[in-house]
Amino acid sequence: MSTRFVRAALLAATCVLPFTAHSADTVRIAYIDPLSGAFANVGESGLHHFQLMAEEINAHGGLYQGSKLEIVPFDDKTSPQEALNQLKRVIDAGIRYISQGNGSSVAAALVDAVNRYNERNPGKEIVYLNYAAVDPVLTNEKCSFWHFRFDANSDMKMEALTNWMLPNKNIKKVYLINQDYSFGQSVAKMARELLAKKRPDVQIVGDDLHPLGQVKDFAPYVAKIKQSGADAVITGNWGNDITLLIKAAKDGGLTAPFFTYYGGGLGVMPALGDAAVGRVKQVTEYHTNIQPNKSLAFAEEYWKKFPAKGDDFYYLRVRTMLQMFAEATKKAKSVEPKAVAYALEGMNFASDTGGVVMRKDDHQLVQPLYLSTIYRVAAKGGPAEVKYGVEGTDYGFKTDARIEAKDTALPTTCKMARP
Amino acid sequence: MDFVLVQLLNGISYGLLLFMLASGLTLVFSLMGVLNFAHASFYMLGAYFAYQASVLVGFWPALVIAPLAAAGLGMLVERFGLRRAHPHGHVAELLFTFGLAYLVEEAVHLIWGRSAVNYKIPPELDGPLFSIMGTQFPVYRGFMALIAVAMLVSIWLVLTRTRIGLVITAALTHPGTVEALGHNVPRVFMLVFGGGVGLAALAGVVGGNAFVTDPGMAAALGPIIFVIVVTGGMGSLAGAFYASLIIGCLVTFSVALDWRLADLFARFGLAVTPQTPLATLWNIKLSQAAPTLPYLLMVLMLILRPRGLMGTREG
Repeated sequence: MSTRFVRAALLAATCVLPFTAHSADTVRIAYIDPLSGAFANVGESGLHHFQLMAEEINAHGGLYQGSKLEIVPFDDKTSPQEALNQLKRVIDAGIRYISQGNGSSVAAALVDAVNRYNERNPGKEIVYLNYAAVDPVLTNEKCSFWHFRFDANSDMKMEALTNWMLPNKNIKKVYLINQDYSFGQSVAKMARELLAKKRPDVQIVGDDLHPLGQVKDFAPYVAKIKQSGADAVITGNWGNDITLLIKAAKDGGLTAPFFTYYGGGLGVMPALGDAAVGRVKQVTEYHTNIQPNKSLAFAEEYWKKFPAKGDDFYYLRVRTMLQMFAEATKKAKSVEPKAVAYALEGMNFASDTGGVVMRKDDHQLVQPLYLSTIYRVAAKGGPAEVKYGVEGTDYGFKTDARIEAKDTALPTTCKMARP
Repeated sequence: MDFVLVQLLNGISYGLLLFMLASGLTLVFSLMGVLNFAHASFYMLGAYFAYQASVLVGFWPALVIAPLAAAGLGMLVERFGLRRAHPHGHVAELLFTFGLAYLVEEAVHLIWGRSAVNYKIPPELDGPLFSIMGTQFPVYRGFMALIAVAMLVSIWLVLTRTRIGLVITAALTHPGTVEALGHNVPRVFMLVFGGGVGLAALAGVVGGNAFVTDPGMAAALGPIIFVIVVTGGMGSLAGAFYASLIIGCLVTFSVALDWRLADLFARFGLAVTPQTPLATLWNIKLSQAAPTLPYLLMVLMLILRPRGLMGTREG
């Protein structure tokens, strides 16, 4: 009986150990994102970005007074409910910083929960670093002092996309297809609004919403797009939802260009091949072939460390975010979340792609964006500047235009309440 | 009209893939009374085995190797797991397969990682088969349909025209008698379970590269095959066949229709405004609800005709 008890106690101890075995000078960020389920691949690759960045920061002196940065992964299965459960575990483990990106519905739930917790637990506040959830609401109606967004929100990206379409008079019929949740709906709404304003001659021939991560066969959607006679498709789809959509478009012989948010996202290019060339376009803060590319050394380190096909250095914003976080701890002379949050507000920073600012009014990072199109890499007969392929494929992005930070900024309705 | 034809082809080919998945599940259920929750996991294993084999020896050998390997694994599972759970009743079997599904998913994570693997369609099957008014119908979808039909025919031949088929069908209703005649009934069950698993794996081999081979694929298709088996009638192969085609076409066609209940009300002079009670519900387009329609169908079927399309009433 007693040996059984000892064994159980030992087992329990080893379970708790990873959460307690940290010294006072380690700052932990809980990475809450899908590590299982339909979007596990996206969450896994995101985690790699965090881990490598933490290594780099620690190798270069760490945070304030040499504190080390540690990333602790939590699996939210892209579900708001599960994310809240994980947040409880984060709080129990005494972790004071969280980061999440996949799913604006998850982000909205987390913002509410963090606000509530911080109000009830002064002195134990949690800061939420958002690296990819782009629903504009998070920096407008629902803005919070404890939330910082490092990705351009979907309205800013749509502004960039529609500006790009402005001179292109060949585009007369636009089809919208998006995931049926807060983010996808806001993409569709903004596309309608901005197109009506900037290109009233453009007709919107379709507006489809489909459940997030539920559709296996996109062939019927592609047949519908073909039927509508669309000459451009706008989609905010990500993860398997964009891979399967474009794969079905390729199989169905749909030639209209795809204006995407996440066309360069994980797993998309290997599935597409030649069919994507000149057709799949994206708006992002980074791709490997931007010139000059100051992140190349880091990207090479990433490829060396995570050589698996289907993984690539994609989120420059994770790098910028953690660089700014490290900087903020030094500026605040503290690793306390509240002090760091005040230091982050309004912070100017020289990122790898140029000057960025964490806008004080709404905690939205304003950064340069790139509009780009898929081509074959130079070695396979593509344009000379397409030196690197995405995820080790023969296809990479070529910049169409760089949009300076100030030209992506949009007004906010946020009325920030500060503690 | 051409659009209807394209959608019909899409619906049938998708339905046939669903049938490949559901047939193994319904076979195992009808012959052994085991509801295999891990069935979709073997679909996933089939895709991963085929990916691994296609990297080493190419797609065509993989088409044979992967289902056989999965079937072998299935037989081991039956022999050393399920058979021991069997005397403890249906709940024990159910829980066993339920746990197995989690184990398989974790094993896939550990071996192949959490990201999708690059399992490609062989070049000779890549490209359009024919096109209707500019919309192409890919060769690979035709190939998938062909495999499914070949599978249906061979299952039927094995069950009705071969000696082993006769033993299997006899063991279903009179296991004691069959055993008394000198047949090894537990071994028959092992073969049946392995066969069912092999069918799921075959679906994985052809479905894995048509869609995406990733650790989420089992969870994504798991629920829909239960819908098919319930709608078609538990244990009925023909029922599963019709249910697959109906569900494939139902989803495909409803994607194409932007009908809303609000439009229907408008015909009767009832305008839906944002103030109308449940306005959001009446404004949902049929296309938006398409992927959830099979579940609605299952619920309706369970209310109106609990034994399913072609099922026989239990007891």
